[in-house]
Amino acid sequence: MKAAPFAYHDPRNVEEVLHLLATLENPRLLAGGQSLMPMLNMRVAFPDHVIDLNRVEGLDGVTERDGALRIGAMTRQRDVEEHPLVRARLPVMAEALSFVGHWQTRNRGTVGGSLCNLDPSAELVAVAAALDAVLEVRGPAGARDLSIHAFPEGFMTPALAPEEMVTAIRFPFWPAGHGHCFTEFARRHGDYAIVSAAALLMVEGGRVTRASLTLGGVAAGPMRLREAEAALLGAVPSEEVLRGAAARCQEIEAMSDPQAPAWYRRRLATTLVRRALETALARAGGAA
Amino acid sequence: MDGLIPVEERPALAAGPGDFVGRSVTRIEDAPLVRGEGLFAADVNFTRQLHMRVVRAEFAHARILSVSTEAARAMPGVVAVWTAEDVADIPLIPFRATKVRGLEPYCQPVLARDRMRYVGEPVAVVFADDAYRAEDAAEMVVVEAEELAVLLDATAAPGEFAPGLHTEPTIVRKEYGEVEAAFRSAHAVVELELSVGRHSGVPLETRGAIARYDAARDVLELHGTAKKQHWNRDEIARLLGRPPQGVHLFEGHVGGGFGVRGELYPEDLLVCAAALRLRRPVKWIEDRREHLVATNHSREQHHRIRAAVDADGRLLGIDDVFFHDQGAYVRTHGARVVDLAAGMLPGPYRLPAFRVAGHFRLTNKTPSATYRAPGRFETTFVRERVMDAIAARLGLDRIEVRRRNLVTAAEMPHARPLDTLGVDVVLDSGDYGGLLDKALSRFGWDALQGELAARRASGECVGAGLAFFVEKSGLGPSDGVRVAVDATGAVELVSGAASVGQGVETVLAQICAEALGVDYARVRVVRGRTDRIEFGNGAHASRVTVMSGSATWKAALAVREMALDCAARLLQLPSSGLTIRDGVVMREDGLAGPTVTLAEIARGMGPNSRAMHGHTPGLTAERWFWSDHMAYPYGIHLALVRIDRGTGRVVAERYLVANDVGRAINPMLVEGQIVGGLAQGLGGALYEEFRYDPSGQPLSTTFADYLIPTIAEMPVVDVLIAEDAPSPLNPLGVKGAGEGGTNGAGAAIAAAVDDALRRPGAITALPVVPATVHRLLGGLA
Amino acid sequence: MSDSRRIALAVNGVQHEAETPVREHLADFLRGTLGLTGTHLGCEHGVCGACTVLVDGRAVRACLMLAVQADGCAVTTIEGLGTDEALHPLQAAFCAHHGLQCGFCTPGMLTTLAEFLQVHPDPTEEDVRVAISGNLCRCTGYDSIVAATMEAARAMRGAGA
Repeated sequence: MKAAPFAYHDPRNVEEVLHLLATLENPRLLAGGQSLMPMLNMRVAFPDHVIDLNRVEGLDGVTERDGALRIGAMTRQRDVEEHPLVRARLPVMAEALSFVGHWQTRNRGTVGGSLCNLDPSAELVAVAAALDAVLEVRGPAGARDLSIHAFPEGFMTPALAPEEMVTAIRFPFWPAGHGHCFTEFARRHGDYAIVSAAALLMVEGGRVTRASLTLGGVAAGPMRLREAEAALLGAVPSEEVLRGAAARCQEIEAMSDPQAPAWYRRRLATTLVRRALETALARAGGAA
Repeated sequence: MDGLIPVEERPALAAGPGDFVGRSVTRIEDAPLVRGEGLFAADVNFTRQLHMRVVRAEFAHARILSVSTEAARAMPGVVAVWTAEDVADIPLIPFRATKVRGLEPYCQPVLARDRMRYVGEPVAVVFADDAYRAEDAAEMVVVEAEELAVLLDATAAPGEFAPGLHTEPTIVRKEYGEVEAAFRSAHAVVELELSVGRHSGVPLETRGAIARYDAARDVLELHGTAKKQHWNRDEIARLLGRPPQGVHLFEGHVGGGFGVRGELYPEDLLVCAAALRLRRPVKWIEDRREHLVATNHSREQHHRIRAAVDADGRLLGIDDVFFHDQGAYVRTHGARVVDLAAGMLPGPYRLPAFRVAGHFRLTNKTPSATYRAPGRFETTFVRERVMDAIAARLGLDRIEVRRRNLVTAAEMPHARPLDTLGVDVVLDSGDYGGLLDKALSRFGWDALQGELAARRASGECVGAGLAFFVEKSGLGPSDGVRVAVDATGAVELVSGAASVGQGVETVLAQICAEALGVDYARVRVVRGRTDRIEFGNGAHASRVTVMSGSATWKAALAVREMALDCAARLLQLPSSGLTIRDGVVMREDGLAGPTVTLAEIARGMGPNSRAMHGHTPGLTAERWFWSDHMAYPYGIHLALVRIDRGTGRVVAERYLVANDVGRAINPMLVEGQIVGGLAQGLGGALYEEFRYDPSGQPLSTTFADYLIPTIAEMPVVDVLIAEDAPSPLNPLGVKGAGEGGTNGAGAAIAAAVDDALRRPGAITALPVVPATVHRLLGGLA
Repeated sequence: MSDSRRIALAVNGVQHEAETPVREHLADFLRGTLGLTGTHLGCEHGVCGACTVLVDGRAVRACLMLAVQADGCAVTTIEGLGTDEALHPLQAAFCAHHGLQCGFCTPGMLTTLAEFLQVHPDPTEEDVRVAISGNLCRCTGYDSIVAATMEAARAMRGAGA
């Protein structure tokens, strides 16, 4: 399982990367390598050019900007998981990361890499959707912002032109006192999620004032449960209400394969959403 | 060596821990391994070596129209590309001696000739100067093939293998007692249809083979071997037309065997043939994707079993028909797994009448052979499901049903009118009921029932199950060991045993040290080397401690006797008053007196010593241990599981394996075998499966699909090693410990899941997957 | 565009300069070019953990890094854990507790645990279990590895006191 031949480039800045993307035939960007290297070793990906992003300046780091957490695309998953800002202000991200692969893969894997790979089961993609993340994209025409909700164009296909790259991702903060939970079902710890669920709740004066419910693993891209969210708004988050929100998962359209047929994914989704909501509620302030 | 030396009786190993035996001493193997200084197959390198890459079939069943190699030959670094024509002179790969006739035409060629029969079958090979370039070139080989219908179901009617041959080469039948009468007179008959999914050993090290022709000495060497060097050496020599002394196999470190490594595979013969013809060393290292489609599969069986019982739940008779999915070819085990399954099915129970028909069937999947507790993981699952079904049908307690049927200690040895692996099934010793009591008590079974009731009342889905197993071990017919003390007092032990990574050196060193009176850490053990000892039967079937261990005991005692005789003359004391401690011969009674070291004795026994005139020099003895019967370890698996209703996930919370091994030479190593074996058993019960799509394309092709248990999947494990029933068949009293941890796992988990679901008989197939459990739970919880 | 590059890196404290094909992964470079065969390949797709080494102090899958990416880095392999005179406490504890059988997964286990104990010198058993959840072992069933790690942690804390 050795990679097929390719030409290797290690640019030092984003301009160089963009130039290479625009001029080379059949290039692939190499970020953390935890998804691309297996594909190269298995020869299911055979780019003519590999553009290594690991020496490009200015692509990593976690900062606060305009009410959002801004994470450079090349920031290592482990550094995000352990970052005090993440733990304090966006704990759902830290919780999601604890499910991403293993310690060793998080030492190299990047946030941007996982997002751009767009595996339907990827936890980071689901949590980005839960948080209404915005991707900062650079290309020959300049910079643009792209909502995570418009990012998946198809199965493992981001809505990026071939000459574009993601340089950073912004995750708008939720107010202090919000409740969160990321949970998933995988066959073994660390495996890709068969189905994952992310729940965020604001409860004020005993009622839900904001809700975000996301499923991963049921479709090519993450699925925000807008109707369930709408039904939660303004409601008193009783057990019945939460169960009702979760029960909407029985109606979703889900992917199917022999290991996890659609009916089973729907059941998993229902269970996981309910549990995520219960936990998020318990963690939320202002539940009284 | 000595020709027809009489088989003298040797004293048996005394009970209780000795100086080394019975102690959990640390392993002599470990130092290089923890330092990363091991020599696994991929670590072997020779100058000028070529790398071999196999081009594998991409269809499950197809007629090969052409194999085009020109483009591959033109690739950089490529030295040769072979197809079936280039190796037409190499016969089909044979199988080891078996009573079953008619299997020969179903053996595998080293490269597919006119048909490919499973995805992964070798079709061509490329030889290049490095592994990356060999893989590049292999991609350029073009295989044109016409797809044929695939057969993927061993329970379906057999199809055509070749003109005149159909896909059921044999049916293994065994029968004794009045089966029809048993069913006619039965109070109740339970009938079950049960299946075990396809899975296998999947060691962490993939296979590797490095062949080198030493032209100076006219010796063909094969490195990276394991398990069965002497038989493999003889076959390789025969298949390639060389004399056996002109072929030698070498074993370095072995990254796990579990039955699948060390058999003779096409790649072994290909590297050997290539080394001879291309006159350069040839190295082949399997990658993981290859491994999952090319290395032996195992376990897939479908049973239709009926059991007749009386009103008390006692077995009157069992009638089993099963279908064994052998995959595309017969491999080196012939039909042995079917034979084992058939012969071991009765397990620990009294069974007056028995009939079994094992249909050995070929399908278009990777060929299958032995994997840890072969035939027994499967039949323990089947038999213990039957016992649970009997309990449910008659309203009896699951434990009580088993008690009523267990062969008692008073009935040992208990001969069944059956044979397996060419030897009669004689349960040599055992206190089955006694160990069951100990296991239940240790696990807290009675208290657990109350705990389960309380947990269920609070809404949890929890259950417990058990399985009784009988293992087999110590397969003969023989093995030999040579023990030699050199002029410095160092001891070397050369055995025909092999390693699969289990710690064979340490155990043999302990036995040798115990017998000879030296420090075990100073015994050098040689194994897996056909050039160091002429004969050997290798490491498999949990035989090494029994066979090579017993031979070691005899040989070391013989050396001890020689040394004491010599010392007696030197020290002018009767040899009966002498003992050996840490290599020094001294008075046994502890009083002060003259001493002499083994080194001095050995020096005095050299070829230049006058005292040796007329004798064979050297403080050396070679002894063989012969056995017609196997020893039968036994035990119980007890499992506590919790089911997550919302997902169907089965979590194994707590587990006990009780295993009587006759005698534990090193309890720490025995425990390691049991816990490690259990991890694999749990894999087969809950996670591991080789799946295929309807066209025969394998779906479990990476570690993302074939799910080996990580530490997170392991329950809290308790191990109860018992030495209640030493084997009377060898001087050590040992029975093997390699397979008991795996044997009962499928059965125990299935029973526990049924109990949690409160639905006896719900689980009829392994592995137990969450979607199935969720469906059995009947909807949303 | 060249097929290979010259890289310079420190491995187990020793500076190396060598040519490597750009597509060669770090594990093959360590094993082949540098002859350090203690790092093992169990899957080459990042699941089994047998190839784990430390790069700039962090445990990574050497099969998922290109050798050229290690240019300028400090790499620690199993061969660099102990010294000629003494085993690392983890290595000693593995021997004492039968934390290995065939030894194939062992280098990856030890490098993973070496980083882990640096960061978590006083772990619970549960912490250790999570730490090695990304390392497959087919022989031991894992319990003895946990026991060995707990002892090594004790020894390392004691030595530092």
